[in-house]
Amino acid sequence: MRHHFLLAVITKISLARLQSGVTKTMSTAHAATKLKRQRLLDSIFRRATLFFTIVVFLLLAALIGSLIIGSWPALQTFGFDFLWSTQWNPVTEKFGALVPIIGTLITSLVALSIGIPVSFGIALFLTELSPPWLRRPLGTAIELLAGIPSIIYGMWGLFVFAPFFAKYIQPWIQGTLGEIAGIGFLFEGAFMGIGMLTAGIILAIMVIPFISSVMRDVFEVVPSLFKESAYGLGATTWEVIWYVVLPYTKSGVVGGIMLGFGRALGETMAVTFVIGNSHQLHASLFMPGNSIASALANEFTEADGDLYTAALIELGLILFLITFVVLACSKILLLRLKKREGTAS
Amino acid sequence: MISIYTRRRIVNAINLTFSVLAMLFGLFWLFWILLTLFDKGLSGVGHTIFTQMTPAPGDTGGLLNAVFGSLVMVALATLIGTPVGIMAGTYLAEFGQRGWLAPATRFVNDILLSAPSIVIGLFVYTVYVAKVGHFSGWAGALALSLIVIPVVVRTTEDMLRLIPNSLREAAIALGAPHWKVVTLVTWRASRVGIMTGILLAVARISGETAPLLFTALNNQFWNADMNRPMANLPVVIFQFAMSPYEYWQELAWTGALLITLSVLGLNIAARFFLRKNDLLN
Amino acid sequence: MTDDHSSADIAKITINNLNFYYDSFHALKSISMQIQKNKITAFIGPSGCGKSTLLRTLNRMYQLYPSQIAKGEVMVDGANILDKAQDLNILRAKMGMVFQKPTPFPMSIFDNVAFGVKLYETLNRYELAERVEWALQKAALWEEVKDKLNQSGTSLSGGQQQRLCIARTIAVKPEVVLFDEPTSALDPISTARIENLIFQLKEDYTIAIVTHNMQQAARVSDYTAYMYLGELIEFGDTDTIFTKPRKRETEDYITGKFG
Repeated sequence: MRHHFLLAVITKISLARLQSGVTKTMSTAHAATKLKRQRLLDSIFRRATLFFTIVVFLLLAALIGSLIIGSWPALQTFGFDFLWSTQWNPVTEKFGALVPIIGTLITSLVALSIGIPVSFGIALFLTELSPPWLRRPLGTAIELLAGIPSIIYGMWGLFVFAPFFAKYIQPWIQGTLGEIAGIGFLFEGAFMGIGMLTAGIILAIMVIPFISSVMRDVFEVVPSLFKESAYGLGATTWEVIWYVVLPYTKSGVVGGIMLGFGRALGETMAVTFVIGNSHQLHASLFMPGNSIASALANEFTEADGDLYTAALIELGLILFLITFVVLACSKILLLRLKKREGTAS
Repeated sequence: MISIYTRRRIVNAINLTFSVLAMLFGLFWLFWILLTLFDKGLSGVGHTIFTQMTPAPGDTGGLLNAVFGSLVMVALATLIGTPVGIMAGTYLAEFGQRGWLAPATRFVNDILLSAPSIVIGLFVYTVYVAKVGHFSGWAGALALSLIVIPVVVRTTEDMLRLIPNSLREAAIALGAPHWKVVTLVTWRASRVGIMTGILLAVARISGETAPLLFTALNNQFWNADMNRPMANLPVVIFQFAMSPYEYWQELAWTGALLITLSVLGLNIAARFFLRKNDLLN
Repeated sequence: MTDDHSSADIAKITINNLNFYYDSFHALKSISMQIQKNKITAFIGPSGCGKSTLLRTLNRMYQLYPSQIAKGEVMVDGANILDKAQDLNILRAKMGMVFQKPTPFPMSIFDNVAFGVKLYETLNRYELAERVEWALQKAALWEEVKDKLNQSGTSLSGGQQQRLCIARTIAVKPEVVLFDEPTSALDPISTARIENLIFQLKEDYTIAIVTHNMQQAARVSDYTAYMYLGELIEFGDTDTIFTKPRKRETEDYITGKFG
């Protein structure tokens, strides 16, 4: 069998050589050794790619492993209390992660609550409303928002946006949303400019390009026949989008939102500048808080003492696990939605 | 009938207006940020930026050592990360049809792709900096390369998958061995796409600050020794911006303008390449 | 035209000197014709002849694409629908359309049919259910789906999906139904059912159908228009067109000498 196969290959090679005009008289033995060498090279190449794939695969294990080892002293000392405690005292060496965990989640949720509708509006504009010649420049402009380094967002947020926010927007928010019973407490306090709401707004600007670009991509995949069918029944543009395009693309849209959520959770520099870095728990979004990433950025290089360092590394581990869960959820969700669509059609 | 239709038209008009406003909202921030950068950063751009070291408090100076450190670390990170990424991406696209390794690695790669960059810095700190006992340029480059790898893996795989199987079959039918098919045919056919991926990765690490905080740290002086803490633009910007010295803050804005223009320039270049590729196909 | 048709017929749509452009490409050239009420008018011709374009002009579907322009007059019940003042949504609700491929929306069978109805009418649950059943009956699909109205529309077979789309179209109670190659993606048995259905629908609706299948045109239509390269070559009674066409080009196409 094997021999036949070899012969066939050799015949093909010689044929190819004949066709390309490079006719060389070549003994079968010569060809066989050459073939052997090629087989060896093939296997070397294959193994090399396999090796680097294993490297990438092991990176994740190494990452999690090193973070667990690094945070071991803190894990041993505090156990699960680390997750519930609001204390953060380097002097007495009492550490708890609740404040930065809550800060991370709240700022990200604020970012999503602003970012999702805006991204949807942008995707809708770019796929349905924009004149064709404007589509590419406007789309690029929005994607450039993702290109601006996060430290720039942080600087701009601290020096330009925060003062403006404190002077004009915060009083207005307190006067409107702050008057509503039930959610008014979220907007109490002095107008400092910095704080959790500011961090959330800047995160929103940063996740908009990610979410809107995914939404745009999936909206464009909807076959035009479906849209035409809805228009053909007399539906308005909005109704076509809301009742046909959005249900048709919901898996992709959810995936895009999760992607944005993951981005917001792990964002460091932009948040570090404007969140206020306070280890106190406040109900009001106007008050300073802390996120995991910004606590790390601020304190890690100055942390003295093994327990302090270990507690910070444990914070990093928690952050990594949260983003891991978010991403895994989005993947599972996408898979399940895809499967449902697959069986349905 | 009229009233229900009128209501629908109003809903439609409101929502489409909202869509236009959302677009303007997005553009508004881009222009505000860029305007701020030019306003505050342009005045500091002069020849001293590229000829003098970062100054001590109260002194004057430039950003030479920071620019140099950034360039060196970004270049090294790209040199380390690109081959690893291309090889692994090639395995996923060309050899990984069977078994659990390819899908598992694809998943792992997606996790790495969206892992918070500060966690990457923390990782390199615990496995490298803490072991050798000092911050260094190598550690910074290593951390950045870990951000390059997943980007390149992803784009390489995606781009290789775009190559139609008929092209591979045609090459194999000529009797070419598989490694030659990959290196001479599929890599070549998708080189523009892979290049774009590398450019995007370079753009991304050029602006990264968080992974350098615990790895390269910073250095006020000229340093070409990769085994010592190394100055770099993002961390200098961070320290100077947060400082109380006005001159430092001005330098930070100039650095910010510099870094933003380079990153956005790289992004636009990558886009341009990709579009040219689209036109060719 | 033969007498037994024209004497009783009333024109539902009158097209006068219609020209259509895709950017600079002249896709329809000075078309003038009438589409009769409660009759089936078929459009035939080789691909690219403009038959679909003409159909898409009748409900201004082309307007979704900015580079497409129609000039001339399309009178429906005495009003020019190409007029700027014409409301597009109301026009499209009045001129139902069924497409080349089934396009069930990603929702239940019931919601698919109710979708268009809910846009224009406020019916209570009972009335809505009644309307949905009525439309599904009309589309000859009721018996097959009455026990699974809550299932996804995409769970049906291709032929059923297309009948669902027809039900969805007629549930809105349009005046005209435009069929754009409605059976091109279906098997012969499903095709036969849909042809039957179209034939029955003309009692209540004015029907225009574009088809690439000449036998289909001969089987279902009362009038046939033969188009070629954007021009209306011949238009008349279906029997006449298929048995003794006046123009040479029509005869060549019908007899399969070309196309």
